[in-house]
Amino acid sequence: MTNAIVGGLLIGCSAVWMMWSLGRVAGISGIVATAFRNPGGAVWAWMFLLGLGAGGWLARGLLPVDSIDVVSSLGSWPPAMVVGGLLVGFGTRLGAGCTSGHGVCGIARFSPRSLVATCTFVGVGMLTATLIAGVFA
Amino acid sequence: MKALAAALAGVVFGVGLTVSGMVDPRNVLAFLTLDAAWNPALILVMGSALAVAALGYRWVLRRAHPLFADGFTIPARRDIDPALLGGAALFGVGWGLSGYCPGPALVGAFFVDARALVFLCACLIGGAAHDLGSAVFARRARLVEADG
Repeated sequence: MTNAIVGGLLIGCSAVWMMWSLGRVAGISGIVATAFRNPGGAVWAWMFLLGLGAGGWLARGLLPVDSIDVVSSLGSWPPAMVVGGLLVGFGTRLGAGCTSGHGVCGIARFSPRSLVATCTFVGVGMLTATLIAGVFA
Repeated sequence: MKALAAALAGVVFGVGLTVSGMVDPRNVLAFLTLDAAWNPALILVMGSALAVAALGYRWVLRRAHPLFADGFTIPARRDIDPALLGGAALFGVGWGLSGYCPGPALVGAFFVDARALVFLCACLIGGAAHDLGSAVFARRARLVEADG
């Protein structure tokens, strides 16, 4: 529980710093799209993504967090990763955001679009995961 | 300065995501699956992130401009359209299927986690398919307009 709260506070700090320094929303799907659409002109976007990876390594290497056990072979059903990835990639572009952009940054600035989007993807995500767990139980 | 500031934001975000445990899709699926083993950790992650961001934004957005940019780049739309709902729903299905959203998948890919790498490649293809599709759609709409 402590890990979840500390991790969340850090994500919030990152979002505030992003707005304070660059005036931008820390939405991962948007930053990825910016990085790929304009590879030469969006150095900041690539630096954010590299920083994200470096931060992951840093946390895993330095902090004694027992829940950080993430390197895995394809243990879960591989097609779920392929189909899930295609849907998340397409859906976040169509819906203009993901968990970070809508769920954290959007709701934090009281955007009605982000509130509706977040309720939709959390609700549909719960429905999907619960149905699948029921079918494969 | 912009690149350094963005890198710092990325590092803090990456540390936060990893510490929170959300880099592991099993923890995300434990929240999305409503059963006896339901794990509310994701609510705590989002809730604490949201609290800091909401308070911080109130203070930051009162400033004339950001430290290293001329102005704030904030989405201005406030209407709820079918694309928003449809996109969020498709994202929800993919999220519930895999347990991954873009941030954790990126961090996982840096850990050379096979699940994350497969997911991320598919995610980039899905995003590119959307952008290609909307470009073709916009071009066709312009042609129809020109014909009419």
